[in-house]
Amino acid sequence: MAKVTIDGIVVEVASGSTILQAAEQAGIEIPRFCYHERLSIAGNCRMCLVEVEKTPPKPIASCGYPVADGMVVHTDSPMVRKGRRGVMEFLLINHPLDCPICDQGGECDLQDQAMGFGADHSRYDENKRAVPDKNLGPLVKTSMNRCIHCTRCIRFITEVAGVPDLGATARGEHMEVGTYVEKALGSELSGNIIDLCPVGALTSKPYAFVARPWELAKVDSIDVLDAIGTNIRIDARGTEVLRILPRINEDVNEEWLGDKSRFAMDGLKRRRLDRPWVRENGKLRAATWDQAFAAIAAKLKTLQGDRIGAIAGDLCDAESVLALKDLLANLGSTNVDCRQDGARLDATRRDFYCFNTSIAGIEEADAILIVGSNPRKEAPVLNARIRKAWLASGMPIGLIGSETDLTYAVTHLGASPSALTDLHTGAHDFAKILANAKKPMIIVGQGALARPDGSAILAAAWRLAAHVGALSADWHGFNVLHTAAGRVGALDLGFVPGPNGKSVDAMLDGGVDLLWLLGADGFDPARIASGTFVVYQGHHGDAGAQRADVILPGAAYTEKSGTYVNTEGRAQRAFKAVYPPGEAREDWTILRAFSAIVGKTLPYDTIEALRTRMEQIHPAFGRVGFLPRFGCSDHSGPAGDPAVLSDAPLVSTVANYYVTDPISRSSPTMAACIAAQDQTALAAE
Amino acid sequence: MLLDKDRIFTNLYGQHDPFLKGARSRGDWDNTVAILSRGRDAIIQEMKDSGLRGRGGAGFPTGLKWSFMPKQSDRPCYLVVNGDESEPGTCKDRDILRHDPHKLIEGCLVAGFAMGATAAYIYVRGEFYNEIMAVQHAIDEAYEAGLIGKNACGSGYDYDVFLHRGAGAYICGEETALIESLEGKKGMPRMKPPFPAGVGLYGCPSTVNNVESIAVAPTILRRGAAWFTSLGRPNNAGQKLFCISGHVNKPCNVEEELGIPLRELIERYAGGVRGGWDNLLAIIPGGASVPLLPKSICDEVLMDFDSLRAVRSGLGTAAVIVMDKSTDIIKAIARLSKFYMHESCGQCTPCREGTGWMWRVMTRMVEGRATSDEIDTLEAVTRQIEGHTICALGDAAAWPIQGLIRHFRPVMEERIAAYRKKPMPMAAE
Repeated sequence: MAKVTIDGIVVEVASGSTILQAAEQAGIEIPRFCYHERLSIAGNCRMCLVEVEKTPPKPIASCGYPVADGMVVHTDSPMVRKGRRGVMEFLLINHPLDCPICDQGGECDLQDQAMGFGADHSRYDENKRAVPDKNLGPLVKTSMNRCIHCTRCIRFITEVAGVPDLGATARGEHMEVGTYVEKALGSELSGNIIDLCPVGALTSKPYAFVARPWELAKVDSIDVLDAIGTNIRIDARGTEVLRILPRINEDVNEEWLGDKSRFAMDGLKRRRLDRPWVRENGKLRAATWDQAFAAIAAKLKTLQGDRIGAIAGDLCDAESVLALKDLLANLGSTNVDCRQDGARLDATRRDFYCFNTSIAGIEEADAILIVGSNPRKEAPVLNARIRKAWLASGMPIGLIGSETDLTYAVTHLGASPSALTDLHTGAHDFAKILANAKKPMIIVGQGALARPDGSAILAAAWRLAAHVGALSADWHGFNVLHTAAGRVGALDLGFVPGPNGKSVDAMLDGGVDLLWLLGADGFDPARIASGTFVVYQGHHGDAGAQRADVILPGAAYTEKSGTYVNTEGRAQRAFKAVYPPGEAREDWTILRAFSAIVGKTLPYDTIEALRTRMEQIHPAFGRVGFLPRFGCSDHSGPAGDPAVLSDAPLVSTVANYYVTDPISRSSPTMAACIAAQDQTALAAE
Repeated sequence: MLLDKDRIFTNLYGQHDPFLKGARSRGDWDNTVAILSRGRDAIIQEMKDSGLRGRGGAGFPTGLKWSFMPKQSDRPCYLVVNGDESEPGTCKDRDILRHDPHKLIEGCLVAGFAMGATAAYIYVRGEFYNEIMAVQHAIDEAYEAGLIGKNACGSGYDYDVFLHRGAGAYICGEETALIESLEGKKGMPRMKPPFPAGVGLYGCPSTVNNVESIAVAPTILRRGAAWFTSLGRPNNAGQKLFCISGHVNKPCNVEEELGIPLRELIERYAGGVRGGWDNLLAIIPGGASVPLLPKSICDEVLMDFDSLRAVRSGLGTAAVIVMDKSTDIIKAIARLSKFYMHESCGQCTPCREGTGWMWRVMTRMVEGRATSDEIDTLEAVTRQIEGHTICALGDAAAWPIQGLIRHFRPVMEERIAAYRKKPMPMAAE
């Protein structure tokens, strides 16, 4: 520890911290452009100058200067003020005066700090520098005249995203940030450089000239386009969601957000279901809510409870899942399932289907084995956390599945699940690494579970985890990485076939006469037996709606208040940012209203009452936002025989990162991303 | 005046064989093992006692710099020799590299031994093709003769010397940018601290020394600190290579004692100023980056670190650039501004933006197309750059202009007034 006096305030900080960090601890804000606490220190903007006593009489960049015991620092002396004013003047001489047409206006660091350190006029009478704009693909718009060369974007893409795509070419005042050869950024996290850019050099392309920050209503929410539960802020104006930004949550996403989650929201405006529809004579006809409900009720009257079934999709909030489960139970059915992709998840114990180590726990791990997953595509933010941990410790990471660039070095152990057996018997060298690790992690992806031998792989992975000591009293190294935001919540609520209940496959094969799809679009609707009466409740006219006999328009995640449980098992609350379009309603209220029509009224009138019931079913819903860490004392594994592994190679369930769900499938921005991806691939050939 | 017996660089002009046989005849590699056998601490102490100040420009005491290297290190330590001689007007290292490479290589061994280094990296400016060939040949000879490599000179110490070609960027002469470049990255200076002695080349403790500083070390150690301090003036001990260029009758490189009067240096060795001493306008005494001196100061000033500092200039690399009265002094400094703008690495704000600003104003000043207020603005801009940057290139860009304004402001104002008097071109009717 070092005692430092900053502007008369004495603080004690860890030795090795910088003056800037010490000042933050003392509650003194030092202006900065290039410094970012999650990136390496560049020290190039020179805005954070301070004066340190007993050093040569010149200002010091506080972002990279380590504290020493007894150091006396002044952050507001005449020398410091003069230095910062000088730097500000230099930054502005070549910065265009185009704030009125700049998308960063109103949330621009340069604008804000120019208020503090800028002069009222310019002494620079020469021509300003002009820099050609770069094409970084369909997501990031550049206006390189505005660039102040802080290199945050370069450092983010290189260090956090792990893709060496951005760099600076030329030197002096001709230095330019770019991709060397023009190409779209090849990272799933590229949108974050928009947030990092302290000026308007990098802005959002789809959001260009759309709105000013002060016009937007800001609502806290949770992202549902992957299963990480990234904390987001939805910026909306009127009925439109205009942009999505990450919120800081150190335990989940730090402050990053995947590109799909950030940019796919324009899919919320297209192919929406905004009124009920009923199929008559083979054709869908617009209907009222009463007519739609009546049509379902008429069908239900003819059916026994066990001929009714329900499948929950990937984007469902826990509230609507529970309402549907209760409705089915009231109708006498236990035919419910949330595993529309056929994943062989074992719902009998929570740690069989959760990411038990927790995302933050990745940083404690000292060896990782990834089975049948491509975390870079399935959960880019979590992948960035693995990379961060790998950069810090250089831990060995093994991969069973298709060989691909995960942005960190992996030992490829083959694509066949039989590698799990080899690791268990010690036939492979990586077995020793896992066995010697103090905190090994095994990550099982949906690619390993959504296949006929899924339960065998799950059991084999668990057996290996127990064998290498990944399951101990204070460390739970067995992890399932989900791709569906609603999956863990639905499993927690027991949305799986009850006693004698039918699974997804059985229901699709004609096991039921009425099938209620709650946003379930993850399978080919042609698999549904022809005689089955299909009710589709959801927000997009996607696969499920095409086959439906009755369509009930629901709300998308931005349009309802809901609870989502992420892959770790962390319940998080999303709030409503805008109203659903047209006659669409929040999903649990649709189910509640329908239950009254058929005389099986659900016992809750408010969302609070519904949430109380959720808490009674599973305590996880009672600790919103909070995740207790736990070890594993019971080593008995999930059902499944680890011996009956097939030889089929493991492949990730996410074929293309940019299209995985009804929202991203409807998004023109995501379509543009795929086009850019294809173009890059073509150019590479 | 330096006597022949006190000269270190006895083959400065390349009249003799630059390679091993010739070098041995000049006393290089003579019982080097005896120097090494004195031990690390004794060598460093001797260097400290000699008062040798770094010959690269900043004048930091060399022995002290060596002593910053860790006594015990679990990582390898490196000596890095800075041969990226790019300072305009300077050509002293070049003559050492091509005519006396063995002085440098022997210096690498004793210096590296003193700081516990396992290897030396000699970073030579890429344009010095022939010099690189000469140094490489000398290195090969030294390996073959067992002077370096395993059991160097029979001392039991293993030591390697590597040669690296730069790609011709001035900034790579800055010690941390040189390290970056050596590591294969873009030559951009690093923030200090950490200093190279803690975290240097490949993250290991390193010391970066100028070619001349290293090349004189073996002779100092042979002849003793007392001999070296008997040359020069207090706190400015020893001899030094001076490079005299510009408007003199016989431009040359010459080895002289520190503290020789500037006038004597020019008149004795360079054949005097073109057209006589009275035709002198100004002299830049230490390479492009130090402020110039007008004739009035040049009459009396002594050529050493402290004397030049006292007249608000510097010894720098001791590259004396002489300008007679035919010189357009504003244009001369404007050319230097263009050089610094071109060579700024672009990393930190004041230098990146400021060097371009200064050059643009200077080009107008050359014509006189400015106002006299702008001279003050220009001065203010140089102050805003100086001391606010990561490395010293910002200072180097600012100082020549500060020197110009300090000593030649009336000339600048005259030029502006003359421009104003010129009839304004009329638009064609």
